Amino acid sequence: MSLTFNKKIFDDIDKSHRKWRDELDRAFESKPERLERFSTVSDREINAIYSPADVKDQSFAKDIGFPGEYPFTRGVQPSMYRGRLWTMRMFAGLGSAKDTNRRFHHLVNEGQTGLSTAFDMPTLMGYDTDSPKARGECGKCGVAIDTLQDMEDLFEGLPVDMITTSMTINPPAAMIWAMYIAMAEKRGIDRSVIGGTIQNDMLKEFIAQKTFMCPPAPSVRVVTDTVEFGTKEVPRWNTISISGYHIREAGSTAVQELAFTLADGIAYTQAAIDRGLDVDQFAPRFSFFFNSHLDFFEEIAKFRAARRMWARIMKDRFGAKDPRSWWLRFHTQTAGCSLTAQQPYNNVVRTALEALAAVLGGTQSLHTNSLDEVLALPSEESATIALRTQQIIAEESGVTNTLDPLGGSYFVEALTNQMEEEAFEIIHKVDDMGGMLAAIERNYPQQAIADAAYHYQRQVDDKQKTVVGVNKYATEEKISLELLEINEELERLQIEKVNRIKNDRDNKKVKYCLDELAEACAGKRNVMEPLVEGAKAYVTLQESCDVFRQVFGEYRDPGIY
Amino acid sequence: MVDKRKVRIMVAKPGLDGHDRGARIIARAYRDAGFEVVYTGLHQTPEEIVESAIQEDVDMIGLSSLAGAHKYLFPRVLELLREKGAEDIVVCGGGIFPDEDIEMLKKAGVKELFTPGSSLEEIVRWVKINVKLR
Amino acid sequence: MSSIAEKVIAGDVRAVARLIRDIDDGLPEVRDVLKEIYPYTGRAYVIGITGSPGVGKSTLIDQMINHLRRRNKTVGVLAVDPTSPFSGGAILGDRVRMQRHSMDEGVFIRSMATRGQFGGLTQSTRSATDVLDAMGKDYILVETVGVGQDEVDIVKSAHTTVILVVPGMGDDVQALKAGILEVGDIFVINKADREGSDRTLNDLRLMIDMDQKLDAEGMWKPPVLKVQAVFDKGVEELMEEIDRHGKSLVKTYGGLHFRGRKDKVREELTDMVKNRLIEDVINRLNEINGFDAAVNSIVEGKMDPYTACDSILLPMLGHFGTT
Repeated sequence: MSLTFNKKIFDDIDKSHRKWRDELDRAFESKPERLERFSTVSDREINAIYSPADVKDQSFAKDIGFPGEYPFTRGVQPSMYRGRLWTMRMFAGLGSAKDTNRRFHHLVNEGQTGLSTAFDMPTLMGYDTDSPKARGECGKCGVAIDTLQDMEDLFEGLPVDMITTSMTINPPAAMIWAMYIAMAEKRGIDRSVIGGTIQNDMLKEFIAQKTFMCPPAPSVRVVTDTVEFGTKEVPRWNTISISGYHIREAGSTAVQELAFTLADGIAYTQAAIDRGLDVDQFAPRFSFFFNSHLDFFEEIAKFRAARRMWARIMKDRFGAKDPRSWWLRFHTQTAGCSLTAQQPYNNVVRTALEALAAVLGGTQSLHTNSLDEVLALPSEESATIALRTQQIIAEESGVTNTLDPLGGSYFVEALTNQMEEEAFEIIHKVDDMGGMLAAIERNYPQQAIADAAYHYQRQVDDKQKTVVGVNKYATEEKISLELLEINEELERLQIEKVNRIKNDRDNKKVKYCLDELAEACAGKRNVMEPLVEGAKAYVTLQESCDVFRQVFGEYRDPGIY
Repeated sequence: MVDKRKVRIMVAKPGLDGHDRGARIIARAYRDAGFEVVYTGLHQTPEEIVESAIQEDVDMIGLSSLAGAHKYLFPRVLELLREKGAEDIVVCGGGIFPDEDIEMLKKAGVKELFTPGSSLEEIVRWVKINVKLR
Repeated sequence: MSSIAEKVIAGDVRAVARLIRDIDDGLPEVRDVLKEIYPYTGRAYVIGITGSPGVGKSTLIDQMINHLRRRNKTVGVLAVDPTSPFSGGAILGDRVRMQRHSMDEGVFIRSMATRGQFGGLTQSTRSATDVLDAMGKDYILVETVGVGQDEVDIVKSAHTTVILVVPGMGDDVQALKAGILEVGDIFVINKADREGSDRTLNDLRLMIDMDQKLDAEGMWKPPVLKVQAVFDKGVEELMEEIDRHGKSLVKTYGGLHFRGRKDKVREELTDMVKNRLIEDVINRLNEINGFDAAVNSIVEGKMDPYTACDSILLPMLGHFGTT
């Protein structure tokens, strides 16, 4: 059943459109349009009006349909927010495990429904706090985790068998996951019941976030190990959060974010299939992570296009049969790069709009940024406001009364189609290069993002793009905020803690575990079991990571600008 | 006499922080402004930065930091420059710095800090005025 | 001896860096220092590495440095990148890929821009090479993007010139500047795991075979090698070929001292005289008012460019120049 418009009706619409356009152009002759160009933050030009003519080739059944129905443009589950609201999952991590544990408890008490962990730079890069490379970085942008002890402190008093935990960790994702599993098992909780996500998306590291350790090919091998392990041992766990957030933060356009993320997903799917896994075994546990940026409608269209594209990719390209393999489930974070240091209270508004776009886009879980995050890790107060933003959208705004409220909007459907088309073009380009690994080696996504980032900055400097409070409506007045400060003593205390643990543990067992790990790395054995064993023996994060570095080699920044 | 001389600037990312969007953009802006930019890439230790800066005989080092470790890293660069007798190299920073840290860093010898919202034009103008050919 | 020269010969990094800067900037006082350090040059083995952007020159050099250091040799690197013709600025990003050597005292890495305008790039690089030589570096690696005539000229002043390509360049092998193909002593195919590497290998071999000059007895026939620089595969073989080439130079010319060879010296001296002359004339050109007047005359149709040129040169040189 297609849209019940026939040719005559479209001809009439075209005529009316032209008439309207002519009148508009006449009016603009004497008084020009408000701007020279009307474009999104990604510099996509937007028309003055959209009509049925813009979507005349669209089929309701094939392209739009209903939530829970292939191709899922309107949502992956039939009930969506009528059944269950999105998970309010605030990214948190600061200082020591005990500090973050306190923040976790606070957020849960204030109503958040899932945990999300931010780690500090040394942890993200696979170093212990006592490494010379970690000097000055302990606890500054997230929580410091060196051993299982820290993991235990981090989740003290939190029911990990009932609440899901997301962990934003990449090169050492396998190690951190192993520690989490070890922590749960020590509490008597079986690994088959724990739920959560590890970001574990190495491809986007080389493209955008740049926390990397080993070269691309072995990194993908380790990711595949975790997918295999999760499929068999930890069925409620999302083993990869295939991310576009960071790609966007690095300066890409919305279409690039969409395309590169799905291209990464394709690469991981292929890698798992090459490993011998059946696509329907692991694909249901792939999850995604998108950015929600300032341009309201572009973002909503992006989310809808993403769902439709992934469904088509899974069904047509990979032949997945289980409908759950076709679902693109995603977490969203509002755009960090859209926040300003000037007039920081404006950020509350930006975040609210971005959050609204994510909700109207059908996100499964959402993190909202805090107003002070341009300057420091969020304070308790500002993190609470960010959480309330979600709660107000959910309970007061009424947008959750119906599913996919913008479905059928000529503008949104046209934009969704456009983004799908353009994103597929980029994906085909990547395919032609031989896949994402080859494209990364050729620096294709890195260069595309660098160019887009520079283009945007020049537009901001030339005032072609407005940033309120910065290049327009700027004031001299400085608003001072109470910013979160990380205790400088922490580094020393954490180093002492690690040293104590290294002293007290069974170092023979540690050596045995590391040897087992090295063997697994060098051969074909899955690295997860040895890592879990090691975690239980209080092997430190860096000790495991150093084994990886030894066997797989280290990756160095090629410096694409 | 035609002046062939060019201002040489090193754009460096000290520490483990991988947020290089700004550093890469400012490198391009410097180039467009007629400077020669030596870009070091990510994950540089203060020691590597100073040693490279001396080999490249740069007039200025721009340090980029967005992950909060500037309190240790920036003063360490300045300390090393002094030790090597290269304190005439101007050091400035770009990224995320709370107000009290800005004061502390300037006292330690960082000439200027550019925080979010600084325009490329403003930064280039500052360099043209404050960084003399050596 | 001036203190600068003394410091350079002693290997003082700051002094060397500053001197190279002054050479780059074209400061006249530099010539005296270069004269002073000249007796200490002639020891270093110079390797030129050239190829299109993106073929992996910096990555290869990074590995070559590693191999040389393992042999306990000291290394100087000059990495040349193009100056933007629009802004006059440049991003010198080759160093990124060699940064792991930045703390090694036996390695000195210097990034340079072509700085267009007056040519003379070759001279700057030659002088900088002399400085690194006098400083005591055993090997000097000069990296350039082989697209301009200047860059081709630079590698002519190297003992061994390595031309780097990647497979799948297809007709790019043909498109390589003819000048580059002539100066190549060793051809290297990087990223050799990529599709088309065998074809590129054959194309290059064919091209070399067709060069009749090489049929002469004792002439060095450029080998074609496959490497994967990022994985350090094939680099040891490259180093061996470079050694072999060095030995053949000794056999042919009786030694490695560049300036002991008439052909090289003739080339260098001609270049040097030429560049100094041009620079001198250009400098004066900007001082005389007659130049702008001449430009205006031509634009207004009052004078032809040939007459204008004569009118400028006569007062400067006392004659009209060569023609």
